[in-house]
Amino acid sequence: MPATTISKAQREQGHARIFDLGQQPLRELNQALHQLTPGSNETAWEVLNPKGSHSVAVGVDQPVAVDVRGSVGYYCGGMNAGGAITVHGSAGPGVGENMMSGSIVVKGDASQYAGATGRGGLLVIEGNASSRCGISMKGIDIVVHGNVGHMSAFMAQSGNLVVLGDAGDALGDSIYEARLFVRGKVGSLGADCIAKEMRPEHLELLQGLLDRAGVTGVKAAEFKRYGSARTLYNFNIDNADAY
Amino acid sequence: MTYHNPPTTPRKSATFDDYTLSEIRRAAATGIYDIRGAGAKRKLPHFDDLLFLGASISRYPLEGYRERCDTSVVLGTRHARKPIELKIPITIAGMSFGSLSGPAKEALGRGATLSGTSTTTGDGGMTEEERGHSKQLVYQYLPSRYGMNPRDLRRADAIEVVVGQGAKPGGGGMLLGQKISDRVAEMRTLPKGIDQRSACRHPDWTGPDDLEIKILELREITDWEKPIYVKVGGARPYYDTALAVKAGADVVVVDGMQGGTAATQEVFIENVGQPTLACIRPAVQALQDLGMHRKVQLIVSGGIRNGADVAKALALGVDAVSIGTAALVALGDNDPRWEADYNALGSTAGAYDDWHEGRDPAGITTQDPELMKRVDPIAAGRRLANYLKVMTLEAQTIARACGKNSLHNLEPEDLVALSIEAAAMAGVPLAGTSWIPGKGGL
Repeated sequence: MPATTISKAQREQGHARIFDLGQQPLRELNQALHQLTPGSNETAWEVLNPKGSHSVAVGVDQPVAVDVRGSVGYYCGGMNAGGAITVHGSAGPGVGENMMSGSIVVKGDASQYAGATGRGGLLVIEGNASSRCGISMKGIDIVVHGNVGHMSAFMAQSGNLVVLGDAGDALGDSIYEARLFVRGKVGSLGADCIAKEMRPEHLELLQGLLDRAGVTGVKAAEFKRYGSARTLYNFNIDNADAY
Repeated sequence: MTYHNPPTTPRKSATFDDYTLSEIRRAAATGIYDIRGAGAKRKLPHFDDLLFLGASISRYPLEGYRERCDTSVVLGTRHARKPIELKIPITIAGMSFGSLSGPAKEALGRGATLSGTSTTTGDGGMTEEERGHSKQLVYQYLPSRYGMNPRDLRRADAIEVVVGQGAKPGGGGMLLGQKISDRVAEMRTLPKGIDQRSACRHPDWTGPDDLEIKILELREITDWEKPIYVKVGGARPYYDTALAVKAGADVVVVDGMQGGTAATQEVFIENVGQPTLACIRPAVQALQDLGMHRKVQLIVSGGIRNGADVAKALALGVDAVSIGTAALVALGDNDPRWEADYNALGSTAGAYDDWHEGRDPAGITTQDPELMKRVDPIAAGRRLANYLKVMTLEAQTIARACGKNSLHNLEPEDLVALSIEAAAMAGVPLAGTSWIPGKGGL
């Protein structure tokens, strides 16, 4: 696991700034995060009692670690730019949507459209992800330890989706240049998505992603690669049945 | 002597007119539907079907050139810490970089800023041209999310969550490969030269309850400073307005079917959605029923052309209007000076709409470096400012004649309709009667 979580020592030494959402409004947490300036010493944050709150730690714009102790609602870490956010629970829909950089780790499961339209950074889901994981992804790397639901990587433009378990139906429907790596079964492939050869550069790329996501005991060679057949890139009436 | 029957004059079908016949032949030859830009071209009930009454004895007019008639409007008074303050109630609608050239976007920014109003990004992200030259810039949050990033979200003065567009409610866009320059491809994170199919729905929310949470997220990211607009295509204006209000919108934008688009199927543009005139009263009614009229501001767009259109829309209850096609014409779109070039493309000035092909002789809807040079952003911006000034003066002239010291004091009582259709749609009496279809009266 990346060194994103707050260490016990940091907590005991009072180095983490703690927000208790049972006592303080969400607005105060996000405002405080947004007021951070480059070089701030407040690099470790801890959020207690999230209790399914929406929009926890959205719009983080500095390289800080945020540990959320519990499960969150919609859009946790939305548009994150540089933060290392760890959800010690499960995440609702749209976790890490449009992430720019940094990382988000969900220790539990994630709901729909995890990492939607993400442009950069790393999203790790240690449990399962629901449908539309990585929908319209634009450069983000997503690693799911478990399974992903149907319509994952729909219209995915670029970046990498790694699934250690199974993928649901219509994987990669209308995909562009994103790369999909699945270790288990695929329910079905969507329009214009095909299985592709796993070349050395892909093995190397995938192994790097597994390492960054803290995955051990799993080899890149166990995965299959999927990507675009590129037959729908320019409209052709003879392909109309594919739409 | 031979009797000759006089020949019958050849008669073409009203159903199968010349355009319809040519379109059938084109479809048969190519196997693809026609894609084009701009909005609906068919004749629709419109603002021309309404008239102002003016003042005489029962109402008292204001002096046209002496007495003040306020034109300012504030948008985003419901939740935003920094509402948008405009000098005129006419804004520039969202039009994408990619569809439009960089100089055209710059010209829109210059013209809007000179006029004290806002301009809007589009389906291609925010460019330095428009941010640098727009004092007030609305950043569109679109289903495609091309170029979406928190930095630009924070650089914007307002955020417009685009759910739909008047030319194509329920439809996505299509930017054909020939318009995808290196810069456009980079901004959209897509390979150069491919057809770019903008999504028709947002990827990470699926209904009004989700929209409410999405708006909360956008507010949190931008520290509750920016007004949040929600834009819908004019399809079910009553319910869409009510749901946008429920979701927390500061401003609702309703775009009627005369509203333009960069590129969509002709059959879609002409057959889906409702005329702008038909959208206004239901949207206003929704706000009134919720007790939110004037608290949540309403912007209406789609075929606004002059100060009379502005005044009529305001009289029906909207807070501001938005222009797209008219702004492009003010910049120089479809200008007869390029007639020879339009002819070479099989069109004529005033009818050219194949914006997606990237060969616009006016240099506005193109990414061709040579054609783009035909737009001087300073001169074109000045033309847009002149046009906005004229529209405002026209609207003020009408308002004063109706006895109003603010454009926003215009009211439905100032209007009558020339046709039963317009009377029914606008909810104002048929001229010469007190009859509003569906509401009784003589």
